[in-house]
Amino acid sequence: MASQSLKINNKTYDVDLNEDTSLLWVLREHLGLTGTKYGCGIALCGSCTIHVDDKPMRACSLTLSALNKDQKITTIEGLSENGDHPIQQAWVEAQAPQCGYCQSGQIMQAVTLLAENPNPTREEIKAYMNGNLCRCGTYLRIVKAIEIAAKKTSVKT
Amino acid sequence: MNKVVSRREFLKTSGGVALFIGISGLLPQMIACKNNKEVQKLLKKHQLTAWVKLAEDGQITIYNPAAEMGQGSMTSLPAIFAEEIDADWSKVSVEFSPQESEIYGSDKWSPNNKVMLSAGSRVTYGYYSIMRQAGAQARYILMHSIAEHWKVPMKELSTANGEVINRRDNKKIGYGEIIPYLIMPDKLPEFSESELKDPKNYRFIGLDRPRVDIPAKVKGTTQFAIDIQLPEMLYGVLERGNLHGARPNLNNESEILALSGVLKLVPFDYAIGIIAESLDQALAAKKLLNISWSDAPASGFNSQDCYKKYEKIASEKSAGKVITNEGNINSAIKSAGKTFSVDFKNDYVYHAQMEPLNAVVQVGTDGNSAEVWVGSQQGFDSKLGVPGYLGIPAENVKINLQYLGGGFGRRSMTDFVLEGTGLAREVAPRPVKLIWTREDDVSYGAYRPLTLQRLKASTDAQGKITGFSHCVVGDGGNLVASGIRIDYYDIPNKYAEWREVSEGIRLKHWRSVGHAPNKFAIECMIDEIATYFKKDPADFRRILLAKSPRALATLDKAISMCDWYSTIADNHAKGIAFLERSGTLSTGICEISVDRKTGIISVHRFWSASDAGIVIQPDNVKAQMEGGILMGISSVLKEQLTIVNGRVQQSNFNDYEILQMSDIPDNVETAIIESREPPRGVGESGTPLVACAIANAFLKLTGKHLRHLPFTPERVLNALNT
Repeated sequence: MASQSLKINNKTYDVDLNEDTSLLWVLREHLGLTGTKYGCGIALCGSCTIHVDDKPMRACSLTLSALNKDQKITTIEGLSENGDHPIQQAWVEAQAPQCGYCQSGQIMQAVTLLAENPNPTREEIKAYMNGNLCRCGTYLRIVKAIEIAAKKTSVKT
Repeated sequence: MNKVVSRREFLKTSGGVALFIGISGLLPQMIACKNNKEVQKLLKKHQLTAWVKLAEDGQITIYNPAAEMGQGSMTSLPAIFAEEIDADWSKVSVEFSPQESEIYGSDKWSPNNKVMLSAGSRVTYGYYSIMRQAGAQARYILMHSIAEHWKVPMKELSTANGEVINRRDNKKIGYGEIIPYLIMPDKLPEFSESELKDPKNYRFIGLDRPRVDIPAKVKGTTQFAIDIQLPEMLYGVLERGNLHGARPNLNNESEILALSGVLKLVPFDYAIGIIAESLDQALAAKKLLNISWSDAPASGFNSQDCYKKYEKIASEKSAGKVITNEGNINSAIKSAGKTFSVDFKNDYVYHAQMEPLNAVVQVGTDGNSAEVWVGSQQGFDSKLGVPGYLGIPAENVKINLQYLGGGFGRRSMTDFVLEGTGLAREVAPRPVKLIWTREDDVSYGAYRPLTLQRLKASTDAQGKITGFSHCVVGDGGNLVASGIRIDYYDIPNKYAEWREVSEGIRLKHWRSVGHAPNKFAIECMIDEIATYFKKDPADFRRILLAKSPRALATLDKAISMCDWYSTIADNHAKGIAFLERSGTLSTGICEISVDRKTGIISVHRFWSASDAGIVIQPDNVKAQMEGGILMGISSVLKEQLTIVNGRVQQSNFNDYEILQMSDIPDNVETAIIESREPPRGVGESGTPLVACAIANAFLKLTGKHLRHLPFTPERVLNALNT
């Protein structure tokens, strides 16, 4: 066990855990940030998608040993103060979620998609989001939500 | 000044007070109370049947008796109540009701028996009348009370958007402001259909509004049971192996107990449980368990080889359980111009709900009480078997229903709840969060049964079906028999039966239960006959549905939506299917293409038209049809669960693949047929349309038959090469 600092959502957390503890359990069970979800544990479902230095990563496959205090970790809780990130608003407008369990990961992945590619084609959306599974079958509405968000942000700029 | 008020008594209250209006079908009780904690205590003591909590500022909390697994009941049931009470929706919030079936149950599952169960697509059907009456009665109490206070006749009053209005002088008062004047009428009316709100004045029913659970779901703040954190909480995991029912013998008990954070080992008949301080420690210990497993009833069973045995069973002379026997199927077949006989097969399917199973349970120090936090689809026992498991009275068990990260039928099973209880009992009074890993969830799942279906049909020389016989061979009773009835098809001689087998594999309702396999067989048989007689499958069904006008309406709508009769690309084809599920009638049509080198089928478009009776939230219906169709495509084209020597071969999403974003159709279009019939559910109507629609399109495109679910690339290539 060793003490380690993590910068999550612009806040510093000190954790005192075995260095091969996955970030997913650190976030959920030790820090109470339960917006990031456990779906498979082997980086195949995307439910645990977070950002490390603005890049999408699967928290289930990141251990404490792979992280340092200078990396900026963002979880769904840190995306906005009031759920009013343009992508979250687009998700509400499209009425995308059903059970909602995969949606944190979907949203986090979509945020980086539009950051890298503000005006993606439908095919580009599908390819970028392909690693985020949804059992309820909300994929069509997720695509619609991303298209709504892309249009809104492009209107702004 | 906290008192239970009955009948004509009332209490004056002052600001910030919550008031409960209770409707129980008996004389209602009313509680007015200054202190919310006191209110909760009184509620416990007096078993109030509260459907609504009204505050002085007009904030109204409506209680939802159903589970919420994404199907939208959290919004649609309160919308029914809000319609009749005439609420201001901007002031409405929703909470889960207590899990007390005597108060919050529906008698639509079985007469004279109140049940809370969110399954079978029956939630709206089960609660439609109840919520309407409750809302209308709550409104009546509000109007009665202010009529007394204003000293005006009730008939001069009307309501709109959370206010009572005196039509004579246009005086208005918000519902919350009526609280100080609340009194119970001597008699609370039961409202007849004509006394309830006129549908032409509806503001909520039949009109879309944003779902109340979605804002939290996009923030990640929705609480699922797996998210729960409680003081002193411990973590539990079980190792169950992958041979259902095998008994464990732990070989390294002391080694495991010595591991950091491990507190207890708990033996179950079929598993070894670990209780640890943290989840990471519990999972680390689980990996190190050295267990020898006994044999089990499933030992020796191979899911890919068993169909030969099932074919033999289907060929036996003696019947199984007869489900349908109309007319005389034997003479129909004897006197037929042409007969058809086809076998269909379907492998096991896994639920794959995204939130792995879990439960949080706390057992009291004396073992005489328990509290549970769980995402459950509820059940005939609203206490989920916990009282019986602990041997304690039902009223000593409290179930706190959480949002479900997917249900699909898996979460009406109580295995994970009882496992959590078994662990919590060992460390009472500390709560235990039991989590299934995804591997646990796959290998110790409870699957849609594997079945063989033998269908026989007789026709006259022109192609009119005179007899239809359906024998399903499989384990699971109604799990395999649902969907076997075809009452809507005009066929004079019908026969259906179930022949039982027992393989020792855990089974459960899987979205639409027996409908997906049975409709696959039936609808493919219909197209096989139509194709033989060179009849268009849609026209062929039009004749079969001649006596079912509501069914015909869905057929005609779907056909017009997709331009059924027009030619399309050479390498594309459309296929059609019709079915009834939970009282809802649906026609589905897909457009596919096939890669003849790889055997991969692509679904380009899917259309459906459904008559579900009165629809509360049209967008919910669309979402359920879209989602159900995508889940259908997933289970038909991508998912395969296999069992070798009784052992489940798959363990996670790497070897049990579900539909991904790249696999989706370009478009799924759904139509809702207008209806004034009582509402039915659509949650399970989309999924069973898919296999048959795809197989029928495949037949049109290639002239070949797909008769074994799932349509793996290998099976598709085999079919193409016959």
